[in-house]
Amino acid sequence: MSTASTRMTGAQALIKALEMEQVDTIFGLPGGCILPAYDPLLESSIRHVLVRHEQGAGHMAEGYAHVTGRPGVAMVTSGPAATNLVTPLMDAYMDSIPMVGITGQVGTSAIGSDAFQECDTVGITRSCTKHNELVMTPDDIPLAVRQAFHLATTGRPGPVLLDLPKDVLQNEMTWHWPTDDEVSSALPGYRPTMKGHPRMIKEAAQMILAAERPVLYVGGGMLKARAAEILRELAEMTGINVVTTLMARGVFPDDHELCLGMPGMHGTIAATTAMQRADLLIALGARFDDRITGRLDSFAPDAKIIHVDIDPAEQGKVRRPDVPIVGDCRLVTEEIVQAIRDLTASGTEQADITAWKSRVSGWQEIFPLAYDEASPGAGLKPQYCLEELRAASNDDTILVSGVGQHQMWASLHWKFNQPYSWVNSGGLGTMGFSIPAAIGAKAGRPDATVWAVDGDGCFQMTAQELVTATVERIPVKVALLNNSYLGMVRQWQEMFYDERYSEVYLSTETPDYVKWAESMGCVGIRVESPEEVGPAIEQANSINDRSVVVEFRTDSEEKVFPMVPAGVSNDEVLVHPSQEQFRAQLG
Amino acid sequence: MTAFNPHGTSLNHGILSVLVQNRPGVLARVASLFARRGYNIFSLAVAPAEDETQSRITIVVDLESAPLEQMVKQLFKLVDVVKISELDPRRSIERELLLATVRADTGQRSEIVELVKIFEAKILAVGSDAVTVSLEGHPDKLDDFEELLDSYAIVEMQRTGRVALPKLDRAARLRAVNPNQKGKVS
Ligand SMILES: Cc1ncc(C[n+]2csc(CCOP(=O)(O)OP(=O)(O)O)c2C)c(N)n1
Ligand SMILES: [Mg+2]
Repeated sequence: MSTASTRMTGAQALIKALEMEQVDTIFGLPGGCILPAYDPLLESSIRHVLVRHEQGAGHMAEGYAHVTGRPGVAMVTSGPAATNLVTPLMDAYMDSIPMVGITGQVGTSAIGSDAFQECDTVGITRSCTKHNELVMTPDDIPLAVRQAFHLATTGRPGPVLLDLPKDVLQNEMTWHWPTDDEVSSALPGYRPTMKGHPRMIKEAAQMILAAERPVLYVGGGMLKARAAEILRELAEMTGINVVTTLMARGVFPDDHELCLGMPGMHGTIAATTAMQRADLLIALGARFDDRITGRLDSFAPDAKIIHVDIDPAEQGKVRRPDVPIVGDCRLVTEEIVQAIRDLTASGTEQADITAWKSRVSGWQEIFPLAYDEASPGAGLKPQYCLEELRAASNDDTILVSGVGQHQMWASLHWKFNQPYSWVNSGGLGTMGFSIPAAIGAKAGRPDATVWAVDGDGCFQMTAQELVTATVERIPVKVALLNNSYLGMVRQWQEMFYDERYSEVYLSTETPDYVKWAESMGCVGIRVESPEEVGPAIEQANSINDRSVVVEFRTDSEEKVFPMVPAGVSNDEVLVHPSQEQFRAQLG
Repeated sequence: MTAFNPHGTSLNHGILSVLVQNRPGVLARVASLFARRGYNIFSLAVAPAEDETQSRITIVVDLESAPLEQMVKQLFKLVDVVKISELDPRRSIERELLLATVRADTGQRSEIVELVKIFEAKILAVGSDAVTVSLEGHPDKLDDFEELLDSYAIVEMQRTGRVALPKLDRAARLRAVNPNQKGKVS
């Protein structure tokens, strides 16, 4: 407890405020303007992880937030460091990740003069943050920090950035920690709606009981709202199938008989088709992304929509809901469950959905995930590598993915049975996400085994953070699915540009990933034949004192199926060639 | 399709009265939101509101570019936005100010003076071959005035963009005309 008259510098106030917010880890890299903040850090209980590139700091903060639910913090200097943070901020904005970015800024009197390493950070990050603020006096720092954490973690979570001029950090202020009331009166327009509208809740419950072909369409908002338990209750009490979007993998167990897996562009046939044929979609914390809906005017044509989301702007943004419910996904789902109980207690019966469910399980049986076996001497099948890795892992293992084919295979072929065991870049699709995000995840959950699944293209964007992992002793494991290509782009060129390959070949020889891994203090293992897959994974799992990179040499020509080509109706989904003969059964 | 009217006086305009916290950059936040989401603005007027810590922004938006409801919801996500009122043009009072310098040689001057009289506009300055006029009123009236002025070669013109407030209901109007009967008009 500090007395009201404690004097300190703005920098000390910043670090103290971060401590008050229970920050235990900051990912960052110092430089001129943020220098004052790094001095009091020496006396702080907060751990600082020194990154090799500021983009890494941002993605680490995201990975940390994904798995802990607490806001990740990245602190960097002005100018180029602030612009290096832009990609992670946008990534966090798209995926609603709670994150606080702190940037240094040139002194207040130099702002606007094109001073050394000056940039308009607040201007640049305006459209990729939930809120940002240039703090102009040290006295405002505690309130700005409290507000930033409040905004980042409440309502629809997201990134908040504080821009701190050097003199604001250096000058003295009188410490004052704002009360809840002070925070809320400083934000008179910010009052997220938490509870659902009772009439809408009742209407939703009635619709759920009356539906003959209902599907629970579950998005990342359910993870943000920590609603896994109540989701399971809702699904089990009604027997309704669940699809989990790319951002929601793990919120409902893949092993559950009601789970249909991921829907959309690369979704399972059962998940995508069930949504197409449904008469009711119960959208919980999902946003009807174009990767889910395919061509919008033919998406789920017969479905009524119940849309639960804490962000009112999501209601009707893409598809007009029949029952819009603004509120916290966990609270609203609880309310819906209660309303269903009340209705059934007073005699309302649920419609018979058995015929529908046997249609759905028919799709599951006819169209399982499929891939051809590797031909002898050819590259490994990436799906096989992932299945072997999954078999050697437990449900607690955290899987962190890059962006590309490997991401889709990871999401499809991994069985997620626990919430917060999947970390990926969904909305922005940021190549290079996985290595730093995995390090952030491991920093937040040191008890868990963290595997990054990465592509060779992605790896080359941010691999240097493995140096950070080594030096900071945050060991992660990397399954590098090396197909020598920007595989996802190659797939599109093969399928939609007549196999005219333009600038997608990386190299089969360079870099030498084993040597590169070793030079960064990691163990490097190369796997070229199916027999080596299991033993390599076993070896990697037995090493816990340092990071491991397992390079799987995979088949360059392997493609992700199923696939709905961009802009096409989900009805036209391309199934794996071996299943083409069953197409008629999709109806 | 209606012809493009840069002042948004066609039927396809909506009026938003947005109360914001008077913080640096708030106007930029509003403007960049509209730009980023592809919402067209016809005009925008901003000034401090009755409470000095707040400003009121009157935005006339193009309803062909996006549904008003989405604009309102997206605006409300800006942390500095305190309150948004959608003003139905039929139930609000709208005003705008127009300043124009029009070429007027001696022959034409009397015609312009006549026009000014009819519209109850004002002549603010007279030069040897030009006059500067002003007109305050409903934007539709300004449109008409502008169109007629146009035949006299407008040298320079500036319109302020509309400001608007909701019309008082009858009871409130009566209260307002009787100063002894104070009441909170909302
Ligand atoms: C920063 C960035 N640049 C470009 C892209 C476009 N893109 C999407 S996937 C992909 C290929 C990724 O290659 P790799 O990491 O090798 O993964 P693969 O698809 O081969 O599994 C590219 C270039 C992107 N998503 N992000
Ligand atoms: Mg690749």
